[in-house]
Parts: sequence; C-alpha cells; structure tokens
Amino acid sequence: MIEFDDVSIRYEPEADDVLTGVDLTIAEGEFVLVVGGTGSGKSTLLSSINGLVPHFTGGVLRGDVRVDGRSTRDHRPRDLADIVGVVPQDPLASFVTDTVEEELAYTMECLGLAPAVMRRRVEETLDLLGLEELRNRPLRTLSGGQRQRAAIGAVLTAHPRILVLDEPTSALDPGAAEEVLAALHRLVHDLGITVVMAEHRLERVVQYADRVIELGGPGQAIAIGEPSAIMATAHIAPPVVHLGRVAGWHPTPITIRDARRQADTLRTLLTGQVPTIRAVPDAGSSPVASIEALQIHHGPVLALRDVDLRVDRGDIVALMGRNGAGKSTLLHTLVGGLAPSRGSVDVDGMDPRGLAGPELLTRVGLVPQEPADLLEAATVAAECAASDRDAGCEPGTTRAIVALLAPEVTDPTHPRDLSEGQRLLLALAIILAARPRLICLDEPTRGLDYPTKARLATILTDLAEAGHAIVLATHDVELAAEVASRVVILADGEVVADGPTSQVVTSSPMFAPQVSKVLSPQPWLTVGQVQRALDNLEGTA
Amino acid sequence: MTTITGQVSATDRPRTYPGEARWLHPMAWWSWAIGLAIAASVTTNPLLLIGIVVVAALVVDRRKPQAPWARSFAFFLRIAVLIVIIRVLAQILFGAPTGTLAVVSMPALTLPDWFAGVRLGGTVMLEPLLQSVYDGLRLAAIIVAIGAAGSLASPARVLKSVPAAVYEVGVSVVVASTFLPQLVADVSRVRANRRLRGRKEKGVRALAGTMMPVLHSAMDRSITLAAAMDSRGYGRTADRSTGDRLRTGVALLAGIVAIVVGVFFLLGTASRDWENWGLAIVALGVISAAASLAFAGRRSTRTRYRPNNWHRADLWTLGCGAFTAIAFAAAARVDPLGMATSTQPPVWPSLPILAVVGLVVAALPAYFTPAPPKDDR
Repeated sequence: MIEFDDVSIRYEPEADDVLTGVDLTIAEGEFVLVVGGTGSGKSTLLSSINGLVPHFTGGVLRGDVRVDGRSTRDHRPRDLADIVGVVPQDPLASFVTDTVEEELAYTMECLGLAPAVMRRRVEETLDLLGLEELRNRPLRTLSGGQRQRAAIGAVLTAHPRILVLDEPTSALDPGAAEEVLAALHRLVHDLGITVVMAEHRLERVVQYADRVIELGGPGQAIAIGEPSAIMATAHIAPPVVHLGRVAGWHPTPITIRDARRQADTLRTLLTGQVPTIRAVPDAGSSPVASIEALQIHHGPVLALRDVDLRVDRGDIVALMGRNGAGKSTLLHTLVGGLAPSRGSVDVDGMDPRGLAGPELLTRVGLVPQEPADLLEAATVAAECAASDRDAGCEPGTTRAIVALLAPEVTDPTHPRDLSEGQRLLLALAIILAARPRLICLDEPTRGLDYPTKARLATILTDLAEAGHAIVLATHDVELAAEVASRVVILADGEVVADGPTSQVVTSSPMFAPQVSKVLSPQPWLTVGQVQRALDNLEGTA
Repeated sequence: MTTITGQVSATDRPRTYPGEARWLHPMAWWSWAIGLAIAASVTTNPLLLIGIVVVAALVVDRRKPQAPWARSFAFFLRIAVLIVIIRVLAQILFGAPTGTLAVVSMPALTLPDWFAGVRLGGTVMLEPLLQSVYDGLRLAAIIVAIGAAGSLASPARVLKSVPAAVYEVGVSVVVASTFLPQLVADVSRVRANRRLRGRKEKGVRALAGTMMPVLHSAMDRSITLAAAMDSRGYGRTADRSTGDRLRTGVALLAGIVAIVVGVFFLLGTASRDWENWGLAIVALGVISAAASLAFAGRRSTRTRYRPNNWHRADLWTLGCGAFTAIAFAAAARVDPLGMATSTQPPVWPSLPILAVVGLVVAALPAYFTPAPPKDDR
C-alpha cells in the first residue's frame, strides 16, 4: 500500500538529511506506529506519505514514495486526498468549516462526489465514530476527544485506504485518548484501513500496533519490526517495557497482560520490600500556598466550586482530571490571574491578585500550557536578559539556569526554532530566575519524548528538594507517578480525590501507572522504585 | 475500502416532511426581509412602520435558531432605537422651527454671522418633530427588516448559495470568521500570561510584546490549515485552457462595465429615451456577467453537500415578502395620504386596508415555515 524506495529528505539543499535511505513497505490493513525522539523526523516521514513533503513544505526528496501505486513525484497532496487521509496534530487548527456535519462533508465536496453518496457517507461516518449526537454542534465547542474523532471522521468520509495521524492523543486526558484509540482500532479491524501513527505516549498505543518503525534521528538507520522485537532494544519505550528489561523478561512485554503473566516471580521477589519514596523536606508550619472554599466563575459557568488545597514546602502536587475539569483555572488562580467569586487564595502569606512585578515573581511562577506565550524576544540571549530585568536579579542569572536545564540551547537561537521540550525548559528557566516559592506547570509533558520527560522529572524533583513547592496539571499518569508526592483529582470543578500519590493513582484504573497495573496489589508505581528495590536485594544477597 | 454498510437509498433531492425541522433556504428569508424593507421605504405612516417592526420581531422570535449569530437581532433593535433618537435629537437641536404648534421652548444659542442659517436650540415645534420621528421610524424599520434576515438565515448557508465561480471568496469568509475569534482568544491569553513575567507596562511596548506570540501562533495556524486543506483535496480543478480563462475574464469585466454605465444612464439623466437605453445596457451587462460566472464555475469539479433547496414553504416565504412589498407600493398609489401621514397639520395616522393585509401576510411565515433544527447543546 505504501512503499518508500530509498527515500532521503532534506529541507535545504545544503542541510543534512532529516531522513536517510528509508526503505520500507507497509501492507494494506497494517497498524504501524512511528516512534522516535523529538527531531528524529517522525512528522517528516508522515508528511511524505501524502506528498506534503516536499510539495507543501519545500525541500528535496530523493528516492520515490508510492502510495497505492501513485508516486508522490507527480501527485500533489490534493491528488492523493482520495487515498490518504491526514489527521494533523491540532485538529482545531485544521478545521475548514464550522459544524461537525459540514466538516465531514468537506473532503467529499472537494473530491466532487455526488450529493447522494455524500449524504450516505456522512450518516455512516457519524455512526461509525459515535458522532451522531454532535452533528449540528459547532466544532469549537467540542471537547478534545470529540474534536479528534471529528477530525478523523472528516478525512474518513472520502474512504481513504490509508489514515495518517500525528500524535492524536498527546493533548488528551486518558479517557478521551481511550475513546480515540478505540475508534481507530475499530477502523483497522472492521474496515482494513492502513493506519500510520506517530505518538510519544507509547504506553497508550504500542499494544495496538502491528509493526513499529523506530527513527534514530538524522543520519541514523531506521528499524522496522514487530513491537516486541523493536521495544526490546528501543531507546524510547513505555514503562512496561522498561520494567520487563529490569526484570529480565523474555519476550519483552508490550501490554499489561503480557507483563502480568510474567510478573509472578518478580512479585514474589519484591514481597516484603517497600518502595522508596522521595523524602519531603521539613514542611515548616505555614503552607506555601493555601486555597479555601474557592469558587471561580467563567461567565455564567462555575469553573471551580468549593476547592480547598494546601501546598507545603517540598510538595509536588499533580492536578489530574478530564479536559475542562478546572485544572488550568486552578493554576491561573494560584498566580492571581483570575478573581475568585468566593473563597480565598493565599500564596506565601499574600493574595496573589494584588501582586505584580518582582513581588509576584518571587512568590509564584507559572509555565503556561503554551510555553511560547511567555517568549517574545528574537533570541534566547535577549529572552534571558529580559527575564533578568523582569525579576530584578543579577544579569546572567537566567542564562545560567538555562545552561543547567538545557545545556544544548545556544544564545543566538530563535525561541521558535527550539524543540517543544527546549522551549518548555527555557520558559521554566525564566520562571525560576526569580526563585519563586511556588512553581506551577500547566500540562508540561505535552509533545515531550521520554528522554526530555525524564529530564523534566529530575529537574522537578531537585527543585522540590531545594524547598520549592510545585503544582502541575497533567494528563500524564506516568509523570505523576514518577514525581508527585500528592495527587489531586478534579472533576467538574470539584476536588474528588486528594491524597498521597500511591493511594490516589492506584485506586482507579484510569489513573494507575503501568507498573502499578502490573504489580498490583503491591504498591509499586515506577520502574525506578522496582530497580532500587532489586539493587537492594542484590546488595544484601 | 468499499462501502461501510450495505446500500442505503438516498435521492439527490431530499424529501421534506410536514412539521420536520429544517433550514429554510437563506434566500427565502432574505427576499422576505427585502420585501419588508421595500414596504417600509414607501411609507411614513408610523402605525404601519411599527407594524413592520413588530412583524419582523414576531417572525424572528418564532423561527430563529439557537446559534450565536442568531442573537444579533437584539443588536439591530438597539440600533433602530438609536436611529430614531438621533434623528429626533438632531431635529430638536438643529432643525428649522417651521410649524405652528410649539411643544417646548429651549434657550436658543446665537451663532456667529458666518454660521448664518444654522440654529441651535430655540422653540421646538410639533410638526417637524413628528416628521423626524416618522423619518427615523422608516429607517429603523428597514434596519430591523435586514437584521431579521441576518438572524434567520445562517451565514454559512448563505455562502452555500454563492455561485461556484466565487466559491473561493466564500471559503475565505468562512475561514476568517473562525480565525478572528481564535485571534481574539490568543490575544487575551497572551496578555494574561504577560503578568507571569511580571510585566505591567501598557501601551505600545506592551502591544509589541503581545504581537510576537500572537502573530506566531496565527501564522502557525494558517500553515496548519493550508496543509490540511491541501491534503483534503482543496483546489482540485478540471483542466481548462488559457483561452477559456481569458474569455471568461473579458466577459465578466465587460458585464460589470455595462452595469455601471447602464446605472449611470438610469440615475444620471432625466430623459425617458436615455432611461430605456440604460435599462437595456444594464440587462445586457447582467447577462454577460452571469454567463461568465456560470462558465467559470465549470472549472471547479467540486460538489455541494446538502445544498439549499427550494421547497414549498421557502417559495411561500418569498411570496409573502413580495406580496407585502407590492401591497405597500399599491397602497401608496391608491391612498397616498394614508401612506404618508401628514404632519402639516398633524393628524392621527389612518390604516390603509391594503397595507394592513400586506402586514398580516408578512407575519404568516412565523407560522407556516418549518422550525429550524435544534442545536443540541
């Protein structure tokens, strides 16, 4: 169905290849997962399937990409619209019309299908993806999972034989991600559609894949194979695979089920061991931040109702819950960006509403969901200098922090040219320049690969140990399990759970990390904990 | 991949069922509203004008969909009230005191010589005051009629009715209409986030600071959208020769020029002969332009999903609008005094029966048209 014949791609004639010598054949009806670190060329590979690379993006493509026998050399993306359906990373930005039903029809209108055919296919697709209830809804009012399903439906009505998806679940909460993946699974199994998907959150998707393509990065060879074969050696792997490696299981487990079948000996071995938990430094008597009986209105909508929260020195609190549950609202209230209609917010003894400038920055800082919103200068150096001025600290402070968090970032780079992870770390460095007692992060791991995520986890733990208090809103259960000392679950603006991580996340399958699912009822959350316990055992034996 | 399920029968032209919720053809609502506007333009009878406003409000109240754009009617009502107020205030402040019935006496402002002929304040007379109320009401009624169409007919559906040749224009309007709210949301988000860097400055510097992130994300979004549209087959065209394209262009240009020249003859001259010539030239221009548009439309291979169709209720709605306009125009011929209520001397307005019938007919679409589909939010 898809053939890459010795394909090399570069974006500038003089630049290095992004992909080199790619030879691969994807058969009809396969579910192929593309994995690789940031900048390894995942998006380039995906975009070359329907000819967006190089027709739309520019660049040089050597070799030949053939889709259903048509070469992208002489077929533009629009000429392949009836074979390849592309679902971009941000569905909202790719919608052309304003309601679900119109959007589903758009591709067919472009292809010039007869009205009767269009009508029938729209109805079929609405049913297939469970969108019937939403047909007249404006696209902007849909939730994240609904949006993604609408975007899939919008390309599916053209009856493509290939579906290409770029990180379809990275912005979604665990529930919405399940919803999208279930729909995809159905398309592959019931209709035999070929699916090619890139995704960072392997723990969510790897079990669905028939084959995995691992991209090593520029100039590196690519590896293709069965998920368990690739995962056995892959640089980038979900926790269950790491657990398999630590425990020495063969074959490498891909799913929770695989792992549980092999986990008996490990569970026996670990009996009597206690997971190491990061020691929280002495909290002191007064909390860094406390919220009491807080209510926030967004217009007529009650976004938060009767929320109580206390954050102490050295705490890392993970806020979890559905999209729209009020996580971001709570973070913005902590920095005084929103006015409560009732209740009180207190950060380091002050109401953050009334603070500004260095007074605010030394108390609380927030890395917003879109870290780029904080950045406005044309170079990293200028950004750092501006940050020093804002925070009123010694020139060079921010730059030193950047060097610590992301040493590979160079001064003359434009912040927009940084990778997603580097941009996040730059924004974090800017916030840290004023040494705020409370640090808030909104959805920090969106679009981050495992190595960057691991780096972020180390940084956050170090900061907590140095006495900062951290609150982070996240959909990423693995990150929460890794770093958080406490988890607060919000639903519909209310706190429905608040407690130590090990208790909250293990009590619900939706929020349980993979290691906990494999080793339950034992209280292990992360591969690191298991590793340390095994090392201990070895040391004593 | 073949069909998803078995064959489902569907016809090109969907049948409608009595009482079924559906969208009326947007042009039906617009022609109804234009009928009302024409009716309003031929009368200064305050009772009839208020009647037109009431009829428009009644139909909007019963048939407006639950969509954000449908709420614009209240805005048009407010503008209408404002128009009457401004018209009356202007009369009170600057109007000439013709008439015999004084309403109220205000201090007059003596203006310098070079302002001769302009008066400020002074005695307010009833006759010109009434005249200004009637004039204001007429304009207000026209505005309300147009506003009614704006909230009854979905803008997206209006765009579906534009000819294929200007389809691209329609797409840009739709894209812009979704883009603008996103841009506004971006600006407010970035402005809120500037606080996080401890910035307080306002004015040009702050604006420059917000511009960068906002423009960047707008740019990113445009590129995403363009790539998505390309991958979804936007811009597939049938092959057509350069000669064809040239002929279409020339025909369209000639048509537009002819329309302009014709209208000039129609409006700019007093002589009957020239008027007839003007009419003929306009007709020729319209035909030429329409032909070129139809011809250009063939270049596009695209089809339309659920196009607007004319059904019985749609045609009746159009008919009601036309009837009202004709009834008012006829009433103005038959009963000029009843339609143009006298202010010199002021009399209680009469109710010409023909116009009243026109009003009743205009209100009928509130009852016989199908209700718009419910938005299940």
